Amino acid sequence: MSARATGAIARRVLRQLIRDRRTLALLLLVPAVLLAILRGMFDSQPALFDQVGVPLLGLFPLIMMFLVTSIAMLRERTSGTLERLLAMPTGKLDILAGYAIAFTLAAAVQIVVISAVAFGLLDLDSARPAAAVAAVGLLNAVLGVCFGLFVSAFAQTEFQAVQFMPAFVFPQLLLCGLFVPRDQMTPVLEGVSYALPMTYAYDALARVADPAALGTRFWIDIGVTAGVSVVGLVLGALTLRRRTE
Amino acid sequence: MADLGHRDAMTAGSATPAIDIRGLHVVRGGRPVLEDLTVTVPAGRITGLLGPSGCGKSTLMRTIVGTQRVAGGETVVLGRPAGAPALRAEIGYVTQAPAIYTDLTAHENLTHFARILGAPLDRAARVIGALRLGDASDRRVDALSGGQRSRVSLGVALLGAPRLLVLDEPTVGLDPVVRNELWEDFRRLRDDGVTLIVSSHVMDDAAECDGLLLMRAGRIIRDCTPDELLRETGAENLSDAFLRVVEREDPAS
Repeated sequence: MSARATGAIARRVLRQLIRDRRTLALLLLVPAVLLAILRGMFDSQPALFDQVGVPLLGLFPLIMMFLVTSIAMLRERTSGTLERLLAMPTGKLDILAGYAIAFTLAAAVQIVVISAVAFGLLDLDSARPAAAVAAVGLLNAVLGVCFGLFVSAFAQTEFQAVQFMPAFVFPQLLLCGLFVPRDQMTPVLEGVSYALPMTYAYDALARVADPAALGTRFWIDIGVTAGVSVVGLVLGALTLRRRTE
Repeated sequence: MADLGHRDAMTAGSATPAIDIRGLHVVRGGRPVLEDLTVTVPAGRITGLLGPSGCGKSTLMRTIVGTQRVAGGETVVLGRPAGAPALRAEIGYVTQAPAIYTDLTAHENLTHFARILGAPLDRAARVIGALRLGDASDRRVDALSGGQRSRVSLGVALLGAPRLLVLDEPTVGLDPVVRNELWEDFRRLRDDGVTLIVSSHVMDDAAECDGLLLMRAGRIIRDCTPDELLRETGAENLSDAFLRVVEREDPAS
């Protein structure tokens, strides 16, 4: 690993992101707007808004970051610049770590905006401080970033990459426990949900919102989410090839 | 391009070749692309790699740079096996399509790659000056002309003061004026001691080279200078000369 190369890549990716004003505006505003819609939907059931709103404060950034990073990385692969970087003294992990840092910073700003809107304007209520919700939300977004970087290796075109969202993210979203408690699903699906990283990411958020004690299960959730992120990043680096056919 | 401060490698123009390839085999998609290819490229000169599209020029160049998976043979570049990590800082490689970020300016592109290479950042400004990219410096690459984009991509390869430059069809799609300017750049780099390999399928480019490697269907069919090629074939221009060499090799076609 070279801090120099990682830093250079993170800096450049951020610059590209900042220059793309429309993407930046969508990244920062869309999750907040979605939460505002949710607030209106649950106008007569504020308790339900709290129960769903807190997890979505992290899950929306996770989904958006997954999509944005997978396409950004795909662009690097298809523009010839990845081959150029790999022909230079750059480590494979430097490249992915640079991307992860840049998009984690972007996600942090996104989470600050969405938290400010949710807790400041939409009266979202959580058993724990907003900062704790934001921190776990950011960890969710990091999972999205790393997962997106990993799956971009399996897409050859942007058409394919976009469809990875319904293919890889939606099943996890359905099974994570947000819509139906997992112990009410068929045993097969409940078993499958244990193998899906978003289950743990969601569970961590749900526990932050719940006044009951966090318990060891919360820390397992945090550990699994962080661990899977790191593994995704390393596996993603392994898919980069200096020599190709 | 003396202001780019290349090492004075004129000493290298001697016996040791910059590239020494023996018995190279490359298979792509189950099909042999290079077969038992043996060739040396002298240091400190411009060597043209000429041949029709699809004859294996890019594959040979990628092998030299170390990004091509090979099935057999030995490729030694600047005294090390191709792809050796120590070579990454010594070789500048410019792909056919400019490999730069279109949403950044020329200067931002060069600065980014200078950071990656650990080159001093003022080197980006010097490359911009040397390649006459001053006007383009602060404009986004997607607003630049094709010739300017090619030069930005070339500039990235010059940032690390490479000893070997591998340029894949750098003149394709450029107008004659820009093409001439590029060749002036290449000659100045050679005079600074850089070894250049330039591929092309246009015989106009062949006349500009010190030495020629004519390629066809995955093999080197001729290794000579432009003058030798004209003299041997008695052709009036290099295009005809190449066609005659091909006919002699393969009378059936």
